Amino acid sequence: MASLTADSTAESAVQRPRRAGTSTRGTRLLGAAAIVGVAWLLAFGLGFSPADRDQAESVRILYVHVPSAWLAYLAFVVTAISSAIYLFSKRHSLGWDRLAGASAEVGVLFMGITLATGMIWGRLTWGVFWEWDARLTTTAFLFVTYVGYLAVRRLGGSHEQRARRSAILALLAVLEIPLVHWSVRLWRSLHQEATVLRPDGDVKMDGLMLFSLFVGIIAFTLLYAWLVIHRQRTLTAEDALETAGLDQAIAERKAEL
Amino acid sequence: MEDAGFIIGSYVITFGAIAIYAFAVLRRARRTTSQLPDEAKPWL
Repeated sequence: MASLTADSTAESAVQRPRRAGTSTRGTRLLGAAAIVGVAWLLAFGLGFSPADRDQAESVRILYVHVPSAWLAYLAFVVTAISSAIYLFSKRHSLGWDRLAGASAEVGVLFMGITLATGMIWGRLTWGVFWEWDARLTTTAFLFVTYVGYLAVRRLGGSHEQRARRSAILALLAVLEIPLVHWSVRLWRSLHQEATVLRPDGDVKMDGLMLFSLFVGIIAFTLLYAWLVIHRQRTLTAEDALETAGLDQAIAERKAEL
Repeated sequence: MEDAGFIIGSYVITFGAIAIYAFAVLRRARRTTSQLPDEAKPWL
């Protein structure tokens, strides 16, 4: 009777349908909140916010350009912090490495959007899509650095080797962010200085414009969190699958001997 | 709206890129997790 119960349990475990995907109730709620945030951003960015005195309607690009840049910075800082925790903690948990990888990937996406929207805005305000200006050049360099970081993550080796080498690279790459942020002050630049994050704390912006920017930052933060959670879970599943495949290959090789 | 093509284009690029990436991540997640038992999915 006992063996029958055990067999039935094993059979039901085999027959139980596997749940595909990385969604949970929490991520579905987060995704819904992100969609609402994006709808608000579209309403305020393209509708309710006023035109600028100098830049006219082109100022509307600000509401996607600035949040994507800030969230890219945040993503790279999260990558650096996760990498530091992986490197310096006693457990060396690969979960931190996967969080670093997921955040860097989403950061590269947002940095790419920053560059693309910045080029369009540049075409409208400066008359050219690209200029080898200090801010533009350092931003492009930051983008290429993190594309390189993602390439390094795909090099061969064990998960621990991947985690260690990419963590060191992440800790070096994050040092570029202050350089990008202060480039407009360090060198003469076409790019305007900070409007919101000013050293004197005096925000020189219309109230409705500032609110629209705030809506953009909320929407992009929700999108960032949703994307990183899904990507981190996918990386966990990919690592588990790789380990299982390796274990099976070793078992088959042992059986042959 | 003045320069509407450029402005709307920048929004299309932004949300189009995010949508394509999100779709790719979800598709990859579905494909990978379907090969694993539920015990190997710590988020469940």
